[in-house]
Amino acid sequence: MNTVAPGQYLPETSGDTARMTRHFRSEKFDFSSFFFTGLTGLATLLIIGILVTILVNIIANGWSGLSWHFVSSIPTKDFFDPATTGILPMIIGTAIRVVLMTIFVIPVGVITAIYLTEYAPSNSLITRIIRAAVNNLAGVPSIVFGLFGVGFFINFIGKNLDQVLHNSAAVWGHPALIWASLTLAVMTMPVVIVATEESLKAIQPGLREASLALGATKLETILKIVLPQALPGIMTGGILAVSRAAGEVAPLLFTGVAYYMSSVPTHLSDQFMDLGYHVFVLSTQSPNIDQTRPILYATVLVLLALTFALNFVAILIRAQVRKKLRSMH
Amino acid sequence: MGIHRGHKARPVEWLAEKFIFLVSLSTIAMVLLIFLFVAREALPVFFGETNTALIQPVIPTAEMDKHSPAELQQYLELTPEQFKAMDKDTLSMLMDVKVEALNDIPDNFRKDPDAKINTSEWKYLVQPHQWSGYSKPEFIWQPVGEIKKFNIIPLFVGTLKVTLIGLLFAVPLAVGAAIYVSQLARPRMREIVKPAIEMLSGIPSVVAGFFALIVMASVLQKLFGYQTRLNAFVAGIALGFAVIPVIFSIAEDALTSVPRAYTQAALALGASRWQTAWQIVLPAALPGVFAATVLGFGRAIGETMIVLMVCSASVMSWSIFDSARSITTTIAAEMGEVVTGGAHYRILFMLGSLLFAATFLSNMAGELVIQRFKQKLEGKK
Repeated sequence: MNTVAPGQYLPETSGDTARMTRHFRSEKFDFSSFFFTGLTGLATLLIIGILVTILVNIIANGWSGLSWHFVSSIPTKDFFDPATTGILPMIIGTAIRVVLMTIFVIPVGVITAIYLTEYAPSNSLITRIIRAAVNNLAGVPSIVFGLFGVGFFINFIGKNLDQVLHNSAAVWGHPALIWASLTLAVMTMPVVIVATEESLKAIQPGLREASLALGATKLETILKIVLPQALPGIMTGGILAVSRAAGEVAPLLFTGVAYYMSSVPTHLSDQFMDLGYHVFVLSTQSPNIDQTRPILYATVLVLLALTFALNFVAILIRAQVRKKLRSMH
Repeated sequence: MGIHRGHKARPVEWLAEKFIFLVSLSTIAMVLLIFLFVAREALPVFFGETNTALIQPVIPTAEMDKHSPAELQQYLELTPEQFKAMDKDTLSMLMDVKVEALNDIPDNFRKDPDAKINTSEWKYLVQPHQWSGYSKPEFIWQPVGEIKKFNIIPLFVGTLKVTLIGLLFAVPLAVGAAIYVSQLARPRMREIVKPAIEMLSGIPSVVAGFFALIVMASVLQKLFGYQTRLNAFVAGIALGFAVIPVIFSIAEDALTSVPRAYTQAALALGASRWQTAWQIVLPAALPGVFAATVLGFGRAIGETMIVLMVCSASVMSWSIFDSARSITTTIAAEMGEVVTGGAHYRILFMLGSLLFAATFLSNMAGELVIQRFKQKLEGKK
């Protein structure tokens, strides 16, 4: 493939081509080119500027409110007041719901990706429908996932479980940790599928063929050769899903998040407090926003640091996977 | 891939394959379940089976025997199981409660013609109505109070207003940046911009909403000098932050996938880099850029937290400097306070299913355009 920059690719062998090259290089100053190149460059700068402004603003204002005491204590009286608040229960709530979600989403997502790359007949109707479903799942608004959580998990599964197991006492048929995690798992499934698929495709086909030629069955090949190789990609998918889910609030609003709880959740049917929801509460319901602002900024900083750290690790692993993919072709 | 052997020789292999296939069907099942269960809760609204009239016809308790059990069950709003479990005394007591509830309605509503209206009928959901006390027919969403008004048009206007502002802000920026990064800039630029865009897309929407509410709203008000501090304009710009990464990545992908031969031919003919980008590459990648906009639209109408935090008053106004209440905001703000199974609950689910349908269609359209575009570039069609 020709990757030489234009204007340099003509070998200067004869006088003719040399003249042509010179002519090509000394093109007249073209104002519209200059102007529009500058304009699109400005658009790029503006986008980076927006990102930098948001980050600098949050870090600069959040840093001072951040302390070990703040992240490690439980709000005692009024969580809008910097003196009596802490965000430990919110951090724990977010962590638990995200871990539970991972347990649900990784197996299903990885198995689906294995089907799509290893088994599915390419371009058959069912494969195309599955791919369309994955794409659509990725585009469903998060608030609709919340409604789905209420309609399906709480009102259908939860209420029916109560009827069968608990003689209609409300144990499962209300917002709870497990329903929020399951809702998030459905939401993040496309993330895991896409990342796993990418890493499965990055494995050299020769490896599979060698394994099959040595007499291993297809299942053995997948379990012992393909999956270990794809592990970084699966991890990327899992981390991206976690980072996406950690910042989501809309699907939790009516599936399990609590405004205030005196203890951390101990049972799957408990409600929980959440970091992202806490940001929402602090910024919209505070009786005195000037007093709340320092802890609000500090909470945002913790949430942002959490999602960015996860994203960063995922991007690093993915860069390795992509490098491998490129070196194959 | 691989060699296919007869499954009878290896039952474990056969079972594993079937199991993997079944699990992968769960994605299809999820999309169907989402549609089914969101629409299921909304069905009574679609079929006009909900009744929100404040004053409803009352059956005097004495006339209980004149009505069939089915009529009584519907009148008392009971499920068949609940109805069967009750004896006659309980039923007549419930009927007394109904009569008393009617007597409790304040006198001023009793004379109000609006009190007899079932406000959850389609006519009142989409058409303007002259409520008593108003001088002309109006679109009003006001789901609290004695007479609940559920006109969904202000919510559609609010959604469109915020979404269009977001897209008007995001599309030029994102497409401009995509052209710059893929066509005009040095390759090193790309290595800076791409991670930056990924970071932008990694910002949770609740953080974007927080930033718009706490920082941007005041700054923009000082810049433009409008009245309401929290309005559709601020929400739209913040929405743009969330949409830029979506549009940028798809548009950049489309622009990069235009064959290099096109660019080289144009440059060889003496076109400048900008002329090549604008007149050759962009037209060739136009379907991809269009798809990016459509998918960005789908992302924007579904965004909840940003609009919820920045503005929420439902006013019927096309002015961008007035507040706006989008569909997502309405669901998020009101779902927590509704009675499960009530008319308001069902109408919120109805809004959710409309939202699902809208994003489903825009996603399908976007994906289809991208597929066609790639096939065309690869010369398969």
